[in-house]
Amino acid sequence: MAIILDRDTRVMVQGITGHQGTQHTRAMKEFGTAVVAGVTPGKGGTSVEGVPVFNSIAEAMRGLPAGARPNTWICFVPAPFAKDASYEAMESGIRKLVIITEHIPVQDAMQLMAYADYKKAVVVGPNTPGVISPGERAKVGIMPAAVFRPGRIGVISRSGTLTYEVVNSMSEAGFGQSTCIGLGGDPVVGTSFIEALDMFNADPGTDAMVMVGEIGGSAEENAAEHIVSAGIRKPVFAYIAGRTAPPGRRMGHAGAIVLRGRGTAESKVKALTAAGVKVARVPSEISGLLKGAGL
Amino acid sequence: MHTGFPQKGVDGMKLMEAEGREILARHGIPVPAGRVVSAPGELDGIAGPVVVKALVPVGGRGKAGGVKFAGTLEEARARVGEIIGLEIKGCRVRSVLVSEKVDIARELYLSISVDRDAGMALLMASALGGMDIESVPEEKIYRRYINPLIGLQSYQLRDLAGHLALEKPVGQQVSDIARKLYSAFVAEDAELLEINPLAVMPGGKVVAADAKAVIDDDSLFRHPGHREVEPDITPLEQEARERGISFVQLDGNIGVIANGAGLTMATLDALGLVGGNGGTFLDLGGTDDPEKVKQAFRILKKARPKVILMNIFGGITRCDTVATGVHEVVRSEGAGAPVVARIKGWYEERAREILKDAGLITATTMEEAARKAAELSREA
Repeated sequence: MAIILDRDTRVMVQGITGHQGTQHTRAMKEFGTAVVAGVTPGKGGTSVEGVPVFNSIAEAMRGLPAGARPNTWICFVPAPFAKDASYEAMESGIRKLVIITEHIPVQDAMQLMAYADYKKAVVVGPNTPGVISPGERAKVGIMPAAVFRPGRIGVISRSGTLTYEVVNSMSEAGFGQSTCIGLGGDPVVGTSFIEALDMFNADPGTDAMVMVGEIGGSAEENAAEHIVSAGIRKPVFAYIAGRTAPPGRRMGHAGAIVLRGRGTAESKVKALTAAGVKVARVPSEISGLLKGAGL
Repeated sequence: MHTGFPQKGVDGMKLMEAEGREILARHGIPVPAGRVVSAPGELDGIAGPVVVKALVPVGGRGKAGGVKFAGTLEEARARVGEIIGLEIKGCRVRSVLVSEKVDIARELYLSISVDRDAGMALLMASALGGMDIESVPEEKIYRRYINPLIGLQSYQLRDLAGHLALEKPVGQQVSDIARKLYSAFVAEDAELLEINPLAVMPGGKVVAADAKAVIDDDSLFRHPGHREVEPDITPLEQEARERGISFVQLDGNIGVIANGAGLTMATLDALGLVGGNGGTFLDLGGTDDPEKVKQAFRILKKARPKVILMNIFGGITRCDTVATGVHEVVRSEGAGAPVVARIKGWYEERAREILKDAGLITATTMEEAARKAAELSREA
């Protein structure tokens, strides 16, 4: 078992004929993911990596038999077009969206998330490396499959490379992952720590959760509050990046910034610790904490 | 429950008061008549008492002598001359806004900002305007989210007027201004639009006596007209920015270069734990392009670090390709300082050989690399 992705995941790739779209379609297929359709307006009728390309999402839905239609969608198109494409996906009945695109205007992100709420769709990202369920051989994203191992730990992260670092050290220590979800590095994203914790808490294939957070906003503090108020019983572990980051400076990610004393690593570590979460000081400590908890 | 404040100033693209004022006026919000001048001689006449304000993208300009009043043209020219050239919190005043002096009976506060946790716009208002909103007591601040699918509705505006206990004619004007402020917020791709004070004049007319605007820099593709205030960054950060390198200059003496924003932060933190001080945040990103690696090292060298700490996790990018780029630049131009490198992931053994051959000190873990770099940074 896992969350968001499983063996029934069938993926549609928006922007499949672009460089990124093509490269990651190949990598997702190599991992074992069922990529069933690609969309690039004007390129319909061609194929990429053996995947049929359609001019629109609606055309793809019409063109494929009922049981073979995509139920999950991944977006590689440039920021100015991402909102429109996401609306088209939701209007076509797709309820799982993974938005890789970076630099989407925040007004677009806010509108998109409100519409996703209305449609009861799960949005991961934007500016995310995606989602992977190693045991289900399902990957919808751009993460390097080689660092993941099937297992029973759920990983939730705001970062890219740092996630691979954490996951790799977990895998080397024998802690595989049920699902790893990248929330995205933007200020406004779809799925939050809270929603991901709830999904993992309800998943029989997950024994514990690892959160990889960073400075900026209060998503980690809100998650800490939720762990207590919702009575999350499975153990939660965390690593927070940016303890030494100076205030007022944006550290790479659009959302990674301490403003007016808010969003500091210190505040996040404090809130999480108070909620019973074991917080690692360096990424490699996570495995030790998992071992120490008898996992 | 939300208890935050508008995230202004450093998040998106700051606009000067004059541009903020222009945005409000364009969306039909009453603002005092005024003009921007950059020399006393440009002022050819005033209709009555005026206020002369320094155009700088920082707060606290009043205390710094950047806001002055004048009754006559001569006086106004003199004030313009005094304020231009002042340095306020490190910003040189190059131009001023000369606007009609507003008689104020009451000062209110009104703003709309992006609330990142709610993923919605946040309307904030207070009957206590004219001071920094952070110093207004929590219970005196009215806060409501605006769902982007329905926008700002009349019932919310009635609620707002009720909470601020505004008499009817003032309440109607404030509601109208709030409605227009939200249209402006959406249309201009703002992260923050703030009117403080929103002035009630003795006759009951409501005007925006000041304006702050922060615009989302990811929206510039659809707003070619927005003009950015010069960002508050160092010349070296500016150079990196022009080359598309994510780079922040810090106080320490160890130049940190890694791939990915989170990993770069984590590397700086690992240094901090062993008593080292990071001097740069340099995110190489997902590239293994030797030319990009070379440019990143050139920027790093200019920051004059005592030691360089490189931490690469090769997931999608191959470690050996990155290592080859590093080898090339270190061999041809030198690194300018000892380099401690930790490289992990895809083709890491080959990468380590290449780096050793280039004369770099290698480490297998992030902590080990941080420790070695910190030790070297303490040596004379």
